[in-house]
Amino acid sequence: MDNVIISLILLAPLAGALLVLLLPDRGKLPAWAALATALVTFLLTLHLPAHFNPGAQGFQFVQDIPWIANPAIRYHVGVDGLSLWLVVLTGLLAPIGVLASWKTVKERSKVFYAFFLLQQTAMVGVFVSLDLMLYYGFWELSLIPMAILIAMYGRGSSENGGPKAATRFFLYTFISSAPLLVALLWLYAKTGSFQFSDLQSAIASGTIPAGPLCWAALAFLIAFAVKVPVLGLHGWLPDTFSEAPVSMAMVVAGKLGLYSLIRFHVGLFPVQAHKAAPWMIALAAAGILYGALLALVQKDFWKLLAYGTISSLSFCTLGIYGFTLAGLDGSVFQTINEGVIGAALFVLFGVLYDRYGTSQISQYGGLTKKTPVLATVFVIASLAMIGLPMLNGFIGEFLVLSSTFTEVSRSWATAGTIGVILSAAYMLTLVQRVFYGPQSQLSLSKPASDLELREKFVLYPLATLMLVMGIFPNLWLSEIETGIRGAANALSAPISNSASSAGGQQ
Amino acid sequence: MNSISAAVPDIYRILPEVVLTLTGVLIMLIDAAMPAASSRRGLGWLGAFGVMAALWASLWQLSLPAGTAFYNTVQTDAFSVFFHVLICGIVLVSLLISLDALPPDSSPVQHHRGEYFALMVFGAVGMCLMTSAIELLVVFIALEISSISTYILAGFRKHTGKGPEAAIKYFLLGSFATGFLLYGVALIFGATGTTQINQIAGLIPHARSSSLVLASFALLMVGILFKVSAAPFHVWTPDVYEGAPSPVVALMSTAPKAAAFALLIRLLYSSFPMLQPMWMPLMWIIAILSMTVGNLAALRQENVKRMLAYSSIAHAGYLLAAFAGVGFTGIAAASFYIAAYSAMQVGIFAVVTVVSGYNEDLPLIADFRGLIYRAPVLGSVLIFFLASLIGIPFTAGFFGKFYSFSTALQGGAVWLGLIGLLNSGLAAAYYLKLAVTVAQPPAAGAQKLVTPRLGLAVGTALVFTAIATLILGIHPQHILGAAQAGAASFSKAPASANPPAAENVRWVR
Repeated sequence: MDNVIISLILLAPLAGALLVLLLPDRGKLPAWAALATALVTFLLTLHLPAHFNPGAQGFQFVQDIPWIANPAIRYHVGVDGLSLWLVVLTGLLAPIGVLASWKTVKERSKVFYAFFLLQQTAMVGVFVSLDLMLYYGFWELSLIPMAILIAMYGRGSSENGGPKAATRFFLYTFISSAPLLVALLWLYAKTGSFQFSDLQSAIASGTIPAGPLCWAALAFLIAFAVKVPVLGLHGWLPDTFSEAPVSMAMVVAGKLGLYSLIRFHVGLFPVQAHKAAPWMIALAAAGILYGALLALVQKDFWKLLAYGTISSLSFCTLGIYGFTLAGLDGSVFQTINEGVIGAALFVLFGVLYDRYGTSQISQYGGLTKKTPVLATVFVIASLAMIGLPMLNGFIGEFLVLSSTFTEVSRSWATAGTIGVILSAAYMLTLVQRVFYGPQSQLSLSKPASDLELREKFVLYPLATLMLVMGIFPNLWLSEIETGIRGAANALSAPISNSASSAGGQQ
Repeated sequence: MNSISAAVPDIYRILPEVVLTLTGVLIMLIDAAMPAASSRRGLGWLGAFGVMAALWASLWQLSLPAGTAFYNTVQTDAFSVFFHVLICGIVLVSLLISLDALPPDSSPVQHHRGEYFALMVFGAVGMCLMTSAIELLVVFIALEISSISTYILAGFRKHTGKGPEAAIKYFLLGSFATGFLLYGVALIFGATGTTQINQIAGLIPHARSSSLVLASFALLMVGILFKVSAAPFHVWTPDVYEGAPSPVVALMSTAPKAAAFALLIRLLYSSFPMLQPMWMPLMWIIAILSMTVGNLAALRQENVKRMLAYSSIAHAGYLLAAFAGVGFTGIAAASFYIAAYSAMQVGIFAVVTVVSGYNEDLPLIADFRGLIYRAPVLGSVLIFFLASLIGIPFTAGFFGKFYSFSTALQGGAVWLGLIGLLNSGLAAAYYLKLAVTVAQPPAAGAQKLVTPRLGLAVGTALVFTAIATLILGIHPQHILGAAQAGAASFSKAPASANPPAAENVRWVR
């Protein structure tokens, strides 16, 4: 089981997608099939943490089969502590995504769920690929279903809004992948291998000339930074958040890019990453403030969430390029948080949008009286996003900020801390305006309807997870750390210095 | 004639061409004997079976030892077989597409359906011969056979304004290009005293005048680059594609190009290997020019066929990037690219044919809006082909670009690879425009469009091209292996194996 489990996780959604396509498009049949597939996939992903050996170095559940002889591309997959929880998170978000689309996707649900499941395969594929060409394949593959679903099932808040957002999303990520592919091919021409470990040792041994290597590292960085998105390359995100269907929007940002930054930029090019670090830290700190300030003035809650996401993803970037063990830990943890909290907020906004048909914050008000459960979950998610202690957001932000403060730079850490305060400002303002105060015209005009059972199925696990992750972070951090240490070995001297002090600090 | 091939009767070396010619003649004879009013659909099927037989005959040639025939005018080797199979495959699929896109009975050309099928098959004769000919005069004749049939086919919808315009443009410019080519042949004969592709290289060092050789090389290149519609010899492409019937465009945007590329490879690597330091940068410049011009122009198109025409110019550029590679890797990469490009291009024109119908009432990108709702299968297949043209992994287009650009990178042209890939990002914009239009919900009301129907023949064609595109994308080894075998046959070419080293220097200057 251990050596095929990853292939099963990859194949299950793919098979589900085909099944959904073959089923008649009748009523809720495709949705049920998709839900079943997603649940099976999620159960399969749970096999990974259950059988993961935290003491072992390197990759586990590895499967390595020759695929194409020339160029030498292998089907080589495996997970370590870095990717482990991201795979599980992807698995968790799948059934939640299906449930979140339950009511909104009314027509042609077959196509929707088929592409949704295909997206699932592509995402998991990105996290588990140890052959860079395979990785690139999944990376590009993840764009197609997303673009099509945004075009076809976009919320259509404006005429042609969906297609425009889809095109923008696709072009941003596709064009930035071009340098990545060139760099990959160039590395292949130099080393004759696409294997992560081969490339890692070839680069570490210094056989590849440093000048061009710098450009290769930059190419990797750009491709990943767009996907994160890092400040300056974030142009696609607000549109996508406003237009994409809820279940798609909640998987689009962050995870893929941040994971790739740690694994393939920091992990493959430690020297070049150190050179880029001052820039990346500055961009991250600027991104934290920029995102938070813009979120503060948004009138539309999708846009607010988009800019808030830019801000909180910048925390992850900040943690990565500090090159401290605690910071990297915090970044990975925060990446998972972002997935959980972002998903919850997306679903919640989706519920509001579904009930009241607008995303204008000013239209809302005083919803607590009518929908107390909704309000409660919303407040929990908001507090988690702000980083209240005992909730998961706190752990990630604390690890990142404290390590930045002690190891990297006090001024950047201060900037980050201001971001935390700003995030409290925009989230609490949002909560206040939507749920408290006098009831608005809109909320009076619609009948009260609190969360229904399906929505509770989606939101309660997420809310619970926020609490559990906030109270027992070590359940996750111990595995993450084994993965980070693997990547940290590549960072050699700089990381080992700070690792010892970071360890002491914990 | 060398000793190995002495045992093989000459006729075996041109068996596919013979089969195709007989098929074409048979179609014309039966056509003439048929009553004017009767359906000529069967003739199309006859053509398809003839092409299949020719395809089988080409594969059978692999069992023969590689060698020449007819006084060193044709050569069969893995390279020629690769292109024969490819060309026959394209013609077969084009015939299948045409079967379901026959002009309606009211059309003024309804009595000419027999000729249409015959011309397609005759064109294939010329294209196949072009890839196996090693004598420039035979090349010229083959080129004319192939061109004349496509000139006529391009103007087949003569009742529309654009059909005759396309044919005349294609004919005039094509004739000029062939003229250039012929002039080049004459000059190389003047310089070296031979028109044998394999012998030119050996005789160039003893040529009477080096400027004569260079002039002839330039003229030959103009002729061939016109045929593959590489910039700056591309201006005819959009108008001709727009005016010609879609199934014909499927054919003429792939098969004659494949043949011309085969010829280009043969000439560059067999006849002018010592000029490589000169022609390689030339190919790079043309590659960059073609992809940039093609993509920039395609971005602005509203008409699907014009967009695809400009994109085919860009694809010629991507393919030429493979020529930056060293030696046989470049040949293999280019051959693979042609196969991959043909699969997706023919496929996409099959979809365009079905959607827009014979009269092509729906030529604009906007007309494709909501296709996936009206015809889910057709829409999905179209998106799949577009993904392949963009170069998404696990499709033929990805590995085509992959091999082409990695060859360029191995040859040290990092910037070429980068420009190429950025260009394919640019190309994604317009392919995506079509894909998103297909996926967009139909506009409220005002949609008088009928659901396109898939016939058996065009359905087969779609399945065939879609599977080819997929297999080239997930399991490219076989075709790449065949392409490499083809490239390897160049090492056996007598002249290129041992270019006189001392003389090289002279030609670099």
